[in-house]
Amino acid sequence: MSEIFTNSIEKKNKIAPPKISADSFPAGEEKVMTAEDRHSEARIKGEIKIMVENFNFYYGNHQALKSINMEVITNSVVGIIGPSGCGKSTFLRCFNRMNDTINGTRYEGTIEIDRKNIFDKDLDVVDLRRNVGMVFQKSNPFPKSIFDNVAYGMKINGIKDKSKIEQTVERSLRHAALWEEVKDRLNKSAFALSGGQQQRLCIARALAVEPQVLLLDEPASALDPIATAKIEELIHELKKDYTIIIVTHNMQQAARVSDYTAFFMLGELYEYDLTTKIFTNPTRKTTEDYVTGRFG
Amino acid sequence: MSETLTIKRELEIPKPRGLSSSARDKLIHAFFFLNGMLSVIALIGIFGLLVYTAVPAFQEINLWRFLTGAEWNPTSYYEAQYGIVPMLVSTMMVTFGALLIAIPLGIGTAAYLSDVAGPRTREIIKPVIEILAGIPSVVVGFLGIVLVGPLIAKLFGTSNGLNAINGSILLGVMALPTIISISEDALNSVPKTYDQASLALGATRWQTVIRVKIPAAMSGIIAACMLGMGRAIGETMTVLMATGCAPAMPEGFLESVRTLTSSIAIELGEVAYNTTHYYALFALGLVLFVITFLINLTSDIVLHRYEKVNR
Amino acid sequence: MNKKRFSEIIGFAILRFCLGLVLLTLLIILWDIFTKGYSSVSWEFLSTMPRKGMTEGGIFPAIVGTFLVTVITALFSIPLGMGCAIYLNEYAHGGKLTRLIRMSIRNLSGVPSIVYGLFGVVLFVQLMHLDTSVLAAGLTLGLMTLPWTITASEEALKSVPQAYRDGSLALGATKWQAIRTNVLPYAIPGMLTGTILGLSRAAGETAPILFTGAAFFLPVLPKSLLDQFMALPYHLYIMSTQHHAIEQVRPLAYGTALVLIALIFLMNSVAIFARYKLRQVKLES
Repeated sequence: MSEIFTNSIEKKNKIAPPKISADSFPAGEEKVMTAEDRHSEARIKGEIKIMVENFNFYYGNHQALKSINMEVITNSVVGIIGPSGCGKSTFLRCFNRMNDTINGTRYEGTIEIDRKNIFDKDLDVVDLRRNVGMVFQKSNPFPKSIFDNVAYGMKINGIKDKSKIEQTVERSLRHAALWEEVKDRLNKSAFALSGGQQQRLCIARALAVEPQVLLLDEPASALDPIATAKIEELIHELKKDYTIIIVTHNMQQAARVSDYTAFFMLGELYEYDLTTKIFTNPTRKTTEDYVTGRFG
Repeated sequence: MSETLTIKRELEIPKPRGLSSSARDKLIHAFFFLNGMLSVIALIGIFGLLVYTAVPAFQEINLWRFLTGAEWNPTSYYEAQYGIVPMLVSTMMVTFGALLIAIPLGIGTAAYLSDVAGPRTREIIKPVIEILAGIPSVVVGFLGIVLVGPLIAKLFGTSNGLNAINGSILLGVMALPTIISISEDALNSVPKTYDQASLALGATRWQTVIRVKIPAAMSGIIAACMLGMGRAIGETMTVLMATGCAPAMPEGFLESVRTLTSSIAIELGEVAYNTTHYYALFALGLVLFVITFLINLTSDIVLHRYEKVNR
Repeated sequence: MNKKRFSEIIGFAILRFCLGLVLLTLLIILWDIFTKGYSSVSWEFLSTMPRKGMTEGGIFPAIVGTFLVTVITALFSIPLGMGCAIYLNEYAHGGKLTRLIRMSIRNLSGVPSIVYGLFGVVLFVQLMHLDTSVLAAGLTLGLMTLPWTITASEEALKSVPQAYRDGSLALGATKWQAIRTNVLPYAIPGMLTGTILGLSRAAGETAPILFTGAAFFLPVLPKSLLDQFMALPYHLYIMSTQHHAIEQVRPLAYGTALVLIALIFLMNSVAIFARYKLRQVKLES
């Protein structure tokens, strides 16, 4: 199964160094580093942030994800694309185990973040979710003030130092490129913000608990083009500090913001490669058909 | 690449003292679970205590004679009589009369609200129905004495109007809100496509209501009527005040009757704790509980099935 | 076609007549109580003790008693009802056990009030040795109100968007933290609104308190929760059926009925108004 992926991760045994199968290299590319080159380099440097191995996911009897294998390099942006119902949001919600909140779900296989299996019995899901921030498709500010929205995560995590909270709120809002717009009305309701501002507020809120990984679930799907551009710009900035996985149904967006792109179809990872490669010269016909808009 | 991190991650998340957060969350979950089970415990507890208190009665009373005896006279000078048939008959008579009034009126009102009235009218009428539901049974009973009673006495030429008909009228009024609101829910949950299909075939709105909507909502309406019946059977104060409460076997709707509920209400205040008579009253309570439980359970099953069908 | 139109007109007229009759009934009830009770109600009636074997004087102790017993009912029923609703809406997985709990709740709400009274006599009065008291009656009414409180509280919890819970969990909140900080604050107003409706029904109930604490007549107010008490609905029952001079005290009975109805009406309108306001707030946000 795995050799069909251009950069499939070999089912490697833990002791031996990762073996790279020769036939997974597309021939005739010398100067440009392939995805596989980059991944093996990252592996050597210890810069693999996330590793997904043989991952299956079920809603009751329905298998939503089928033996996914995938690696994510530290501080890169991975775009996940695919037709609706392909399992891309489900996949995203696995990284912070938000699917735990849905009844009748189960999984097989592992997802490691910083070499720790997130499904490990000893792992505290609360710590995991703090480390893996998430921004939802529909912006969901809480019915509180702007300040309290951003401070919320710190407060529930037991941080009481007021000046510390204020500092972090300001820094997070600056980071989310929202500070200039809201600094005079921090105590106003978050609902008074525009849609795009609300979504950036949600990003700031996620940043305030200082996660390592950011999950963005179609963060701009409900926004106008200007607000979308701002979010995309923001993602560019954020990737200096965060490993980002973004689900999007907008192919241009994936092309603009992500370093790597994963194409999902019917719960399978069809192709995972450098974004440029996926959009210019995909290995598989189905991928090409999808990115050129022949179906979707 | 790790040097390029421009953000120093410097928040120190304090470790919760004592239990870990997930262990604490499990305890809280367990607490709410117990809280949730309370309703099951309460239901079983009510049943259990009724049985526990009713059983001693049958050391002296023959169960068969209890269930089939035609005379209830626990304080008889000769031999105490514990037959519940007169009360069962009374309860059935009053309930039957109440449903005769409440079912057509209730369904009619529900149909009006769901299919004829505009949204404006509905917004006004619904709280009004809630007010009717909120009128205490003792007030309804009081009106049975001062208003309905004299009217019945005049109409039928009886000495006083405290009889089965009076109880039926009052219970009918009390069962109305239940029947109206649940029937209306049932009618409203009939898919709009049904109406449209029927209207498109040239049926009038009236024909649509009668031939399409009410049949489609039938199980919900039946459940509504059963719940209304449960309420009528279990109602105490109105029947206690308005039906005269003669313990003899009733012979007609113009006779004074005494239901299960009013017997308990009358006699429990007068008996000594832990006597056969006292236990017998709990046996009455048990009979009442079982009857209403079965009715509620059946309506529950009917409603449940109807929810499934509509999904 | 004409025949069809005709039948529709008749049919709708019948439906309208049904509604009219229901409304007329309510109107008669309210009108009769109001017009005949109005003249009895005065400040003196509300604030003094009954005198001369309850043929004169006021209903002050009955008002106090009903107030006290309703407070006990609320204290017992609201926390437990909310807890149960939180379990059902936030924790339960919809398995067989949840179905059992829901079925129990529906059945509890159908248990006749007199049966609650019997239960209260055995459990609270006898087994727990509370005797006939405000506390025993309040607990009995509290148990009776429980299903209503649960249903109302669950309604309120359901109206809080799932996004608040998810957003909170995604920031590293524990489940309980998410509920406590990001669900309950927005659900509690709705919970209380629904609960008031339940309490207003409890305040008007007679059968459960007949044998658990309500007294025919008391010359003094209850001094502790373990004393008997007078209650408005029970007082009305006494005044209309058990009094030695029923015809003579009829105006007092009407007055009592009016006060009882007004009290319940007040509680209901507070709840209905609050619900209306809550809905508006929700629409705005």
